[in-house]
Order: sequence, then C-alpha cells, then structure tokens
Amino acid sequence: MSETGRFGTPTVDPADPLTERRRAVPVSALVGARLPSWAPYAAGAAAVGVALILKAALGWEGWGTSFWTAALLFVIGFTAWSFSVEGRRRAKDRLASTLIYASFVAAVVPLVLILFYIGVKGFSVFSVTFFTNSMNGVTSRQEGGGLYHALIGTLELVAIASVIALPIGIFTAIYLVEYGRGKFARAVTFFVDVMTGVPSIVAGLFVYTFLLLGFGLRPFGFAGAIALAILMIPVSVRASEEMLKLVPRDLREASYALGVPKWRTIIKVVLPTALSGLITSSLLAIARITGETAPLILLVGYTARINYDPFQGDMATLPMMVWDQLGKRAGTTSSDLTEARAWGAALTLVLLVLILNIGARLLARLFQPKAR
Amino acid sequence: MANTTDTDPMSGDRFETDPMSGDRFEIAAMGVPGAREIGELEPDAAATVAHPGLTPDGRPAEGGVSGSAVRLGDRIFKALAAGSGGLLLVIMAAIAIFLIWKAIPAFTQDTGNIFTTQSWTPQATPPYFGMAAVFFGTIISSIIAMVIGVPVAVGVALFISHYATRRASTVLGGLIDLLAAVPSLVFGMWGLYFLIPQTQGFQMWLSTYFGWIPLFKNQTATTPEQFGKDLLIAGMILAIMIIPIVSAVTREVFLQVPRETMDAAWALGATKWEMIRTAVLPFGRAGIISASMLGLGRALGETIAVALVLNSGYVINWHLTEPGGDTFASTIALKFGEAGSSPVAIAALIAAGLFLFVITLVVNTAARIVIARKKEFTA
Repeated sequence: MSETGRFGTPTVDPADPLTERRRAVPVSALVGARLPSWAPYAAGAAAVGVALILKAALGWEGWGTSFWTAALLFVIGFTAWSFSVEGRRRAKDRLASTLIYASFVAAVVPLVLILFYIGVKGFSVFSVTFFTNSMNGVTSRQEGGGLYHALIGTLELVAIASVIALPIGIFTAIYLVEYGRGKFARAVTFFVDVMTGVPSIVAGLFVYTFLLLGFGLRPFGFAGAIALAILMIPVSVRASEEMLKLVPRDLREASYALGVPKWRTIIKVVLPTALSGLITSSLLAIARITGETAPLILLVGYTARINYDPFQGDMATLPMMVWDQLGKRAGTTSSDLTEARAWGAALTLVLLVLILNIGARLLARLFQPKAR
Repeated sequence: MANTTDTDPMSGDRFETDPMSGDRFEIAAMGVPGAREIGELEPDAAATVAHPGLTPDGRPAEGGVSGSAVRLGDRIFKALAAGSGGLLLVIMAAIAIFLIWKAIPAFTQDTGNIFTTQSWTPQATPPYFGMAAVFFGTIISSIIAMVIGVPVAVGVALFISHYATRRASTVLGGLIDLLAAVPSLVFGMWGLYFLIPQTQGFQMWLSTYFGWIPLFKNQTATTPEQFGKDLLIAGMILAIMIIPIVSAVTREVFLQVPRETMDAAWALGATKWEMIRTAVLPFGRAGIISASMLGLGRALGETIAVALVLNSGYVINWHLTEPGGDTFASTIALKFGEAGSSPVAIAALIAAGLFLFVITLVVNTAARIVIARKKEFTA
C-alpha cells in the first residue's frame, strides 16, 4: 500500500518542459480512483461498531463471537468497498493484504500467548527450594520439592548427546562440503534429509530395540543420550553445512596456492573461519533436542531421586518431570500442586531452550564471518 | 543467508569475483585453438618440472609437492569425514533392520488383521490389535494441521518477507525462529489447559450449525464441557506447532526471489498481490512444498503434544469433534507403560513405530522428488 504514493504524487519541476503536459493529464486518469488512506481504519471502526451493536441487540455472551463477526464484516465490507471504488484488481489486492496481515496475527497471537501463559503459570512456583531440591519423598499432595534432579539429568543427557553427535555432524558436513562428489555424497545428503524427518519416538524405539531389548538392560540415562544424538546429528549436519559453505572459496584457494594440503587447509583455514557459525549451529542443534520427551519415556524412565550416573538406573529429566507431574494430577486436591510443579519445570525447560537460542544468535551476530 | 539450493560450491561464487577466470578455463578445456591447454606451464616454469622436487636454483624443495606424509594426512582426514557420513547411512539402515526384526512377533501372533483391525489389546490372550484406527488418527490430525497451518504459515512468511518493514521483519523473523524451538511438550500443555477450554464453545457451535457435515457432528454431547479432547483439537495444536518451522523455511525462500523478477512485475503495473502471485509464489513453490513436507513430517511424528490432548480410542470415527482417536506416536508413548512385560505388546508398539517410520520415509522421499522436479523446471 505504500507504493500508491509513488504514483499518486508526481513531482512538479517548473523548469521541466514536460510539466505543462503533465498538469494537463489529471492524476486520476493515470491511476484510476483510489480509496483514501484512512479507508482501512474507517472500515475497521465500522466493522467493530456493527459487531458491538449486534452484541448488544442479540445478547451475545463473551467476546469471541463479536470478535469474529467484526473480523468477517471488515474483510467483506472493506473488499466490497474497494471493489466498488477501485475495481476488481485493487479489491483483490486489498483482500490479499488483509488476509496476509490476518494470518500473521493469527499465527503470532497463539504463539506469544503460549509463552505468556507458561511464564505466568510457571513463575509462581519458582523459589530457591524449587531449584535446589529433588522430588524424593515428596508426594503429590505435599508442597515443596523441586526440579534439581531433573535439571541435572537433562544437562547430563544433553551434554553426552552433544559429545557424540556434534563431531559426527561436523565431520559429515565437512565431507559434504569439502569432499562430497558422486554417488556416496548424494546418498549421504539424501539420508541426512530423511533422518531429519525421523520422528523422535522412532529414534527412541530404535535405541530401545537395539540396546534395551538387544542386551536385556533396564532403562538408563546413556540410552536416552544416544537417541538424542541420533536426532541431533542431521540437524547439526545441515546447519554446519550451511556455515561451511559461507567460507569464501578464495580463502581455500589461497591456502592451496601456498602448497598447504587439503586437510590442513580445512583445519587451519576453513574451520577457524567458520568457527562462530559452527558454534551457533551446534547451540541450535542442542536447543532442538533439549525439549525432546518421547524417546526419554522409553529409554530413561523417571525417578524422583537424584541420579548422577547416566549408566545406571532411571534418570529424571525436565520433560519427563513435567510428564510425571501431569500424570499425577488426577486427584482433585493434589492437582494444583502437581500442576504448578509441572508448569515450573516446563518454564525452566523453555528458558533453557530460549537461552541457548538467543545465545546462539547473539554469537552469530557478534562474530559474523568477515566475507559473505 | 547462504544459498541453500547451491549444492556445488565450486561453480557458484567464482563468477562474481572474476567473470573471466571460469570462462578462460572452460575455453581451454574445450580445446579452443590458441587457448593455453590446462596443465601447460609458463616457459620459465618448465625448468622446475624437469627436475621435480627441486627449486629453480637446484636445492631440494622444502615442502615437497606430493610428499607421502601429506597424502597420508589427507587420506586419514578424508576417511574420518567420509566415515561420519557412512555412519549416518549405517544408523538409518540399523533403524530399519531393528524395527522390522523386533516387530515380527506382532505380525505373527496377532489374531486380528494388523492393517484393518480397530482395536488395541496386544497383551490379552490371544493378542488382538490393528493399526487401522491409529493410522486414521495420524493421517486426519496431520491433514487438519496442514490445512490450517500451511496457508497461515505462507501468509506469515509473505508478511515478513514482503509486507513488514525491514526492521520489523528482522525482529519478527527472529521471533518466529525462537518459537520454532519451543519444545512440543509445552504446546501440548498449553493445548490441554488453554486451548481445549477456550474452544469448547466453538466446537459446540460447529457441531450445532455445521453438524450437517458429518465431520463436525458430535452425536452425544449436549453441553460445551463434553467437547474437547478430539482429533480436531489435536490437529489445531499440530497446526500451531508447525507454523513457525514452515514459515521460517518459506520465508528464507521468499527472500531469495530475484529482484529483477519482482521489478518486472511492478513495471507491468501489477498490484502487490499480482506481483506476489506472478513473481514470488512461482519462485517459492518448491520451497513451500519442501517446508510443508517438513511440517508434515513433524505433525505425523509428534508424540507428546498429541498424547496430552487425545483420549485414547481405537475406533475409526469420522466425527472429528467427538472425543477419542489416537496416533502412532502417541500410542507408543501412552501404551508403553502397560505393555510392560508382554513381548507381543512391545512388538505391537515397535510395529506401530515401523509403520510410522515407513510413512515419514515415504513423505520425505516424495518431497525430495517433487523438489528435484521443480528445480529442473525453474532452473
């Protein structure tokens, strides 16, 4: 809509011999009739007004119906108005703009609502006790208890998964960018894409059949870390690949020209140049798996105790603590307490993920590759 | 951002720095008369080749042109890199093999038909179960998610890439990226505590006034409280979940639309929408498809969010506003606890996982093929 002004107000230069002729042709003859710039606001106000009158007249309860009526009235009324004044093409354009703005609002409102909702619900339970205690011995009807055990578990599992997945992911990316030619590389690219689409529960089931059923083991932390690593590898490959591609070809060629072998070029030139990007991509990959719940149900289980040993016994994690507390909310008297703890754990999880994300982005901005 | 479609870093960016260097090389490669052949050296360099490994003044070269130590390092490094890539293939193969192998008992000991039976009692004697209802739930909830989510996500992407101001689009793009990282568990909780209570009235309205469409009819409910945990809600939550990821990918593609194509549309007097329809959307079609498939993959395999909002029910029910229904992923999560010591029950869940794996594999492969086709046409 900002483009309308460009044509609507031609600059007038008295010295220009064409100016006289320009004046002779009225602007409206060139661009046709237009709605005034306040038209959308007027239409919006009218739609809201009509909806309010209808609400009063028909006695609608709540605001939902009125809101949707107003929105519908605006879309129909404004498009019709535009159609009658500006014609078919402009009306279509207005309708498309309206729908695109509306879809943006429709998408962002629930998403922001989610964060707001969880922030309000979760923050009320935050306290020193909540972060320093486990749930050991705390029944669902008791106050107190905390997420220390789950926080430890999540951090341990994510750390182990990262140690396994990141080197594999980055090396695969190096292969694809620096060496990858021919059939094998194409197969790897294809299967990275396919692996990205593997549902987390399937990755969990795979590790379950392979480790737990295969060796007859009980659930333990490390098994969950392997499943998380499987989910993490393709994300890491994709993101690292993008970062390595950003390294200018000239840098590599300069290095080759100095007689440096390829592997030393990669280690000494390519990787340092892409380092900040690789850290960013790694942090994003970590953030991606931190909130994963499904494989943990199968592989890690849940315990209210603090368990530091990822190779022995069930381990608590933040998503599983939420799952566990939600599962215990059945009784009416206890539901408030367990729900509050679930929201608290979920908020902690979201904060963890957001911090990783924001950190990654800040880092990317601070150390942008010098050449793009 | 990086050009994601460029798979070959050799060819792309050279042109921008020196438009001639690539041409010269190609001319030489084609054997054009007069062009210097590849590998043919400048006259004053010929002396060096005559005595390989020696500098022009006759001393042995320090670095070595092709010393064996260098080659070894290269070989090890390449093996490491290729090995990581190979490991990926091994993992994928292992997933398929182990799931098939451990799912065999489910196929052999099921007294029902594993494809068509609408029941889930694998721990009973005799075990009786089938995937029909779960398959239905998975597909329907994903379809709802796509129908609601994809148009909105494309709208969001268009808004950020072509309607918002530059500054706003950076901020909003970052916000959407952040939201894409919110764990699915959180979406499920929000759905359970906020979306279900808030939409019960809407569902009641839908059932009352649009009940003549069987999909929206709830045959038993008389009050809003009886609406809720149904496939429609599951689909809506999945839609909200996939919007950030789909719009993030689509936006990247929309931002890459060549300036000239858009200017050409403007110059022909197109309105903004006409410009988008004729220049932006055709260019972004492959991107929209691949983003949608990414979203579909997420929706099909989503576990926790669905498990939180759905009441298990193993019957195919076309009335989407009636509580019940289940998906492959949520069944695995919800029934795992009670499967416990029964080997057939575990095998049944693994079979469900296998079905889900195959479905996502098919969807992903189809997406790859579509994108490859589109690329051929647009290139």
